[in-house]
Amino acid sequence: MKPILEIQHISKKFRIRHEKQPYLSIRDSFSSLFKPSNNSTEDFYALQDISFNVNQGDTIGIVGKNGAGKSTLLKILSKITPPTSGKIICRGRIASLLEVGTGFHPELSGRENIFLNGSILGMKRSEIVKNFDAIVDFAGVERFIDTPLKHYSSGMQLRLAFAVAAFLENEILIIDEVLAVGDSEFQEKCIGKMEDVSKSGRTLLFVSHNMGAVKTLCNKGVLINEGKLVLHDTMNAVAMKYITNSSHRNNEFIIDYHKHRNGIGYATKVSVEDIEGNTIQVISIGQAWQIRVNFTINEQIPHFIIGIGFLTSESIPFRTSWSVPQVILPGNYEAIFKETKIHYGSGKYFIHVGLSSREQTFNYIQDDISIDFDDYVDKSIAPRSNGLILNQMESEIKKL
Amino acid sequence: MEYEIKPRTKLTLGLAELWLYRELFYFFTWRDIKVKYKQTVLGFLWAILQPLLMTLLFTFSLGRIISENSTLNMPYPLFAMSGLVVWNIFSSGLANAGNSMVNNANIIKKIYFPRLIIPISAVLTSLFDFLMAFIIFIGMLFFYQTKVSIPHFILFIPLSLFVTCIATFGIGSWLAALNIKYRDFRYVIPFMIQGLLFLTPVIYPLSLINNVSLKYLLAINPMYAGVEFFRYGITMQHFDNQLIIISVTSAIFFFVVGLFYFRKTESYFADLA
Repeated sequence: MKPILEIQHISKKFRIRHEKQPYLSIRDSFSSLFKPSNNSTEDFYALQDISFNVNQGDTIGIVGKNGAGKSTLLKILSKITPPTSGKIICRGRIASLLEVGTGFHPELSGRENIFLNGSILGMKRSEIVKNFDAIVDFAGVERFIDTPLKHYSSGMQLRLAFAVAAFLENEILIIDEVLAVGDSEFQEKCIGKMEDVSKSGRTLLFVSHNMGAVKTLCNKGVLINEGKLVLHDTMNAVAMKYITNSSHRNNEFIIDYHKHRNGIGYATKVSVEDIEGNTIQVISIGQAWQIRVNFTINEQIPHFIIGIGFLTSESIPFRTSWSVPQVILPGNYEAIFKETKIHYGSGKYFIHVGLSSREQTFNYIQDDISIDFDDYVDKSIAPRSNGLILNQMESEIKKL
Repeated sequence: MEYEIKPRTKLTLGLAELWLYRELFYFFTWRDIKVKYKQTVLGFLWAILQPLLMTLLFTFSLGRIISENSTLNMPYPLFAMSGLVVWNIFSSGLANAGNSMVNNANIIKKIYFPRLIIPISAVLTSLFDFLMAFIIFIGMLFFYQTKVSIPHFILFIPLSLFVTCIATFGIGSWLAALNIKYRDFRYVIPFMIQGLLFLTPVIYPLSLINNVSLKYLLAINPMYAGVEFFRYGITMQHFDNQLIIISVTSAIFFFVVGLFYFRKTESYFADLA
């Protein structure tokens, strides 16, 4: 059987204007007529020569760093933007969900929005009518179905939006980071629905940073880096490559302290290490680890505290930790935060660092510093655990 | 079903695709109408009140002067209303269509459908307002006991609407495409509509103008034909064939250029929006 999607040598070129104007004005066009621009534009390839085939029933996870070109690829597949060169042969109807609730209008009621959103997604009116009750039921918004959407909570809006999308009957579904929003219950519902979709023999293309979700859902993967196809293989192989690939960046985060520089002091480097002090990219669950922060102090501080904070990949604050207050003299220092007891769930966590004098934070780093936990679980430490913290609680069963 | 996604090479109208997505016309038009009158006390009444109030305004301010200085074969309020109901298709259609792509940028960046549906729906929305006002207009015809030739009415009112709609759509879609690239047009559109109201015989008859070359200049305005056809359908008031031909040609010209420019640039809307 022929592949359902043949992606052949797709490239996408953007022209970058260096003035960084989001849009043009006529005056600019006129003035450039008279004064030939001194090369103020630059060509930038968001995608370069991407080729791969997708077979019917495949669930493909597309992974890569931010800015790698994943979203551009999805936009080309969804026909939102044309490729600069190359072509894609499609043998099925494509529905793309680059966002949930596209076209939702706050002034319209839930009922009206179901019809509007459904038809924008490409559903026939008859299909929407047929599935209407099921959609409302899935979203759980029966009572508010004739209330304007603006009075819905954001969670309800999200559920409604996903419910409409869940009833798309297209042969090929393209989903972009839809799961990046919503609470964990909603995310699980989404994953469950997508599993159903893939089991029903339809084809799914799925972009996400959530390695756990991609690995449970997808059988094949595509890794894109800087607009180029790095690997097209089984999902496990691709996920492995992605994790090891990003470790080339290693796990020492040099902080551009000029940006944060101030008189009192500033952090210069943050590194993620194993307990012996070797920098590591991915921490196996159960392994002890530490974070080392190098910093410079220029003035004597009578009440110095250094703190680090962890955020989940959805940027939800997860944990903070502070040093004991102390007097500190000018000089270069390092602080080490060790973790030997608590086991974090697999995934990426962001790290913030703050230096404070009494209650006043004078240097706060929230750059892209992150720490990754692999999903390898040492069963003796955390049997059958899942979630953000894998440690077991103390429990006992008593006969009454 | 097999199709290809590749760089656009040749320019087509994409009619087959428009047909495939025909339900979206309905949904976008319906959305715009709904949203327009949501949370208003008077609701759809506004579609009637707007031209009615304008007619009152013009009748009290200009009615006497114009009636005395020209030969109208209908009362001035009817004359002004007949001009305004057609004019409103153009003015609101142009404003809606011209801003439609920018206003719907969040949708066009996230999903594909034939982009032409958006400006066309914008014109359809203003056609809905016309229908509401038209009911009142028919009431006015009875009130003033105007003698209407039914065959003329049936022939020329639709003709007027047709010319008005293709002109509105043509200029509107052109502006929509330009607007997404050059946001200057957002400011040009209201100004343009206001200016054109005075260059179209909406509130005054063309017979008021004696300068022949000025008449020809005014006839370049596609709405000249729209308004004249409409009035001809009511009173069979004579119109100048030459001027009408110029005006209809202009409407067709704007329709073709607008459609062509829109189709030519539409694939990059998502990158620019």
